Amino acid sequence: MINTIDTIREVLSSHGQMPVDVSVLSLTADLYQQGLTSHASVNVMLALEDAFEVEFPDALLRKSTFESIAAIAAALETLGIEEMQD
Amino acid sequence: MQTHEFRASLLDAGLLVNSGGDGIFQRSFTFESIVRGVESYASNAGDAPANQRFFFAPVMPLATLVSSGYAHSFPNLMGVVSSFAGSDRELPAFLGKLDTDDHWMSELTASDVALSSAACHPLFSNFSHQSIPEEGLLYEIQGVCFRHEPSIDPARMQSFRQHEFVYLGTSDGALAHRDKWIELGSDLLRELGLDVQVVVANDPFFGRAGRILANGQIEKELKFELTAPISSDAPGAIASGNYHEDHMGRVFDITILAGGPMHSACFGLGLDRITLALIYAHGTDVSQWPRDVRALLSISNSTTGPS
Repeated sequence: MINTIDTIREVLSSHGQMPVDVSVLSLTADLYQQGLTSHASVNVMLALEDAFEVEFPDALLRKSTFESIAAIAAALETLGIEEMQD
Repeated sequence: MQTHEFRASLLDAGLLVNSGGDGIFQRSFTFESIVRGVESYASNAGDAPANQRFFFAPVMPLATLVSSGYAHSFPNLMGVVSSFAGSDRELPAFLGKLDTDDHWMSELTASDVALSSAACHPLFSNFSHQSIPEEGLLYEIQGVCFRHEPSIDPARMQSFRQHEFVYLGTSDGALAHRDKWIELGSDLLRELGLDVQVVVANDPFFGRAGRILANGQIEKELKFELTAPISSDAPGAIASGNYHEDHMGRVFDITILAGGPMHSACFGLGLDRITLALIYAHGTDVSQWPRDVRALLSISNSTTGPS
């Protein structure tokens, strides 16, 4: 079983270049305030697409999509990724 | 007029000569006299201190391409310099490849030099790891820039001049600088008879992922383009005002004395595009241009040389 939130945290840790421990961030913590830059969000986006085998449509290619773990999960849900996946 | 018709008229008039590759043009002295006229006209409106006005070389350190983030955001547009780094021993094999193999470029070694990505980028390198005064610094820079986007549209040259007015300092100062120049620049260009419209814009960040940066730039209204017909009735950007927030301050490690990263903004005029826009508006025979426009650009009646 793949836990979507855990996977999002893993992607943020390895691609977000953030100066904080992502595993302790709340679901609604503002990632940009925690050090996620616009340029790093580009890498995060590509890594998320890879990890979940989805493609973000243009409408979701906005800073707001990546502003929190919850926001990312909500965006993924619109692409068919549930909270827990086989 | 359609782009290909305008292009043909430029070549027929001898204003531009195609240099073999798309987007590479040789410019006649008449074309250049317009460029120089626009340069002086804009420069006279600037207020950078005399010792802070520079012409930059068409090349810059490769490191600047990476530090500025240009290589990250526009890898498809950059140009880097490679050269042969072998000795006498390697030379015969290299010469052999030159004559027989189309891929002889693979024998070259990357140098530490790149073609300039934007006029102001090397300026920020100068201030790396330094602090600047809170009242800010004003610079006027002209640079020859390279963008790898071959096109038959003369508005999209691979090598072109940017004349920039750059502010380094606080966020308030940077925004004020950008907004002042958007208005001043629009007035200056309209005085030349150009139909300038100011629009919110984004840089062409590469790829799908680049859309995040582009959308962010538009949402925050960081960039405004001054547009006008250049090579067809469809307007294109001939100048732009850009607020960098603290991006340059962070990536080049430039702080302001009061603390915190430097904010910056630049207003850049595309000298070649403005020249083309003027030709599009007033015709290929410069001697027939409106007298007041020629006067503002210090262009004499002679069309055979710079005035």
